[in-house]
Amino acid sequence: MQEILLILLNGLVYGLLLFMLSSGLTLIVGMMGVLNFAHASFYMLGAYFAYTVSVGIGFWPALVIAPLLVGVLGVAVERYGLRAVHHHGKLAELLFTVGLAFVIGEVVPLVWGRTAVPYRVPAALDVPAFALGGIQYQAYRLFMMAVSVAIFAGLYAALARTRLGLVIRAALTHPEMVAMLGHNVPRVFTLVFGAGCALAGLAGVIGGNVFTTTPGMAESLGPIVFAVVIMGGLGSIPGALIASLVIGFIQTASVTLDAPLGTVLGRIGLPLDPHGALGQLTIAHAAPAVPYLLLVLMLALNPRGLMGARAD
Amino acid sequence: MPGETQLPASVSVRPARWSGRGAILSWGIAIVIALIAPHLMASGFGLSLLCRMAIAIVFALSFNMLLGQGGMLDFGHAVFFGLGGFATMHLLKLVDAGLVLPVVILPLAGALGGGLAALPAGWLATRREGTSFAMITLGIAELAVALVVMIPQWFGGEEGVSGDRSGGVALFGFDFGSALQIYYVLAAWAVIAAALMWGVTRTPLGRLGNAVRDNPLRVDFLGYDPARIRFLTFLLAGIFAGVAGGMQALNDEIMTVSNIGSAASGAVLLMTYIGGVGTFSGPVIGAVLVTLLQVALGTVTDAWQLYSGLIFIVMVLWAPGGISGIVQSHAPILRAGRGARLLGPYLALAPAMLLTLAGTVGLAELAYRLQAVRGGAKAGRLFGLTVTPTDPWQWLIPLALFILGAVLVHRLAPPARAAWQDAAAQTARGGA
Repeated sequence: MQEILLILLNGLVYGLLLFMLSSGLTLIVGMMGVLNFAHASFYMLGAYFAYTVSVGIGFWPALVIAPLLVGVLGVAVERYGLRAVHHHGKLAELLFTVGLAFVIGEVVPLVWGRTAVPYRVPAALDVPAFALGGIQYQAYRLFMMAVSVAIFAGLYAALARTRLGLVIRAALTHPEMVAMLGHNVPRVFTLVFGAGCALAGLAGVIGGNVFTTTPGMAESLGPIVFAVVIMGGLGSIPGALIASLVIGFIQTASVTLDAPLGTVLGRIGLPLDPHGALGQLTIAHAAPAVPYLLLVLMLALNPRGLMGARAD
Repeated sequence: MPGETQLPASVSVRPARWSGRGAILSWGIAIVIALIAPHLMASGFGLSLLCRMAIAIVFALSFNMLLGQGGMLDFGHAVFFGLGGFATMHLLKLVDAGLVLPVVILPLAGALGGGLAALPAGWLATRREGTSFAMITLGIAELAVALVVMIPQWFGGEEGVSGDRSGGVALFGFDFGSALQIYYVLAAWAVIAAALMWGVTRTPLGRLGNAVRDNPLRVDFLGYDPARIRFLTFLLAGIFAGVAGGMQALNDEIMTVSNIGSAASGAVLLMTYIGGVGTFSGPVIGAVLVTLLQVALGTVTDAWQLYSGLIFIVMVLWAPGGISGIVQSHAPILRAGRGARLLGPYLALAPAMLLTLAGTVGLAELAYRLQAVRGGAKAGRLFGLTVTPTDPWQWLIPLALFILGAVLVHRLAPPARAAWQDAAAQTARGGA
């Protein structure tokens, strides 16, 4: 029972972190149609910036400074890179972000080294918040949850209630009309891109110390974020939240279960030789494949994703 | 908005305007080069370089069937390459165990493996186009890597699967153990595969593929199913990628997970795009050049990956047609005798670009040396100078070069571009 509760809690934390990452990308994809391949690279930069700042002046200033830095970088990338290739079409924009991810992936180990940096949870929150039948639960994880929930609420409120949110949502569906009304749509794009990158950076700040801060973190998380964004439906924030939580729970649960696949499938009536190559696999082995399996299934069954308004 | 997801007209594949004689001449030259190349670079190093080029050419051409000819960006093309390689490897092991089969034909197993893998992948992915297509292939690629890691019984886990290409029955006294023999096998496969892929571009399917890339809606109205055309193109591309994988298996005699992963898929994207997606020969140029640079630079600097990434970004930003696109946009001007007018602005731009390049290389090398010094190694020399990357003043020199070069390029590029546009417009008018 406690074990299940722990899986649920950890899944919730992981899922919410995924949501923070994918919410920024969801906005960018939904608005600009640009699948920012470098999104997870901005997450990585957030973690590394936070490490450097927190070594210098502490975690709390880093919580503000690092996302801002990443956001400024995102604005520069949109203004001087993406906008320049925009007239070459969507494929060129995608390729530009691929190149960017590649270069960031090379520069980060150059600056911070090829091994993980010791980016730690702040001491004030590195205390047990409560104990669950002998297993103590870290306060920092609760803080992560709080930040993620605050982001969701803030984002939702900002999009639904503010004037800027109204313009953004309108530019999402009717960019020409919004431009007609006198709004600077390219500047709104730049702003959204920068904000999306800053969100990724924030996810890096609060996630980099719980998971590890290594040069490989972008490459390992990037495809999962795409899976979340596609599953949730392009451009849908609530969809991204649901997809993040689903993938978070399933992945956390499957790494902790080590029942052989053959036995499990046999129990639900799917015969699979428990001693064959596939049957011997445990669910934990299969965990890395789960998000992509879900992604492919989703695309096969319902290409719009969970809550997407359009298929493309 | 389907049209928006396509490649721009400037990089679209021009319909082959070669006469039959011109095509035969080009292919003849290619075959002669393939035949005499090993005698010009007879060292073991040169031969292994040529073998890698042959493999890269087939792989890049198969990738461009999708990207250039069909407007489909496949993020997981190495899956078909790798699975083709594994299929070949397993057959090679059977041959080693006594199965009587000439080793020469083993890349056919690669074609089968690549094609079989492309069936379900293509069925899923080609129902969509543009960015969605790219995302699905990304998911499929990650799934494939996860599966390959999960099943060590078939894919050998970390160690991979290895075999011995000279283990079978010798054919006319050739056992393909030596580097020269395997080079000729690979070169023959490269020529055959390239010729077949060139042939595909001239079939109705190839032409319809171009049409689907440019305007799927219109193709649909003409009574063809764009998704079906995309699927068939995808299948063919998977088959040829599998052939390349089979060639790789014969060359390296080992296949591992890394042959399937995202790094391999990224590499083929890089070389194809740098060479140019707009022409049939572009990927060949890219494959030869990038392989050469990779091997040549790989021995002198650790920064090769960074450089190739930067070259890629520069190409995407300023030369979306790649090297072959640059050649193609200048060839008519030169033929019309208007090249002299470009000389002035281009010559003014060249030193500025060289300055920027020198600055970039200097900064990157200093950064890599700094890392090496921190790790306890020696900094060594750079451009014949002794460098101390821990000294901040030494960073100022490349930084100044870079800034000066960038400012100059920013100044001098517009006149050069204007001169080119002028000459191109005049040539077009004069030629008509």
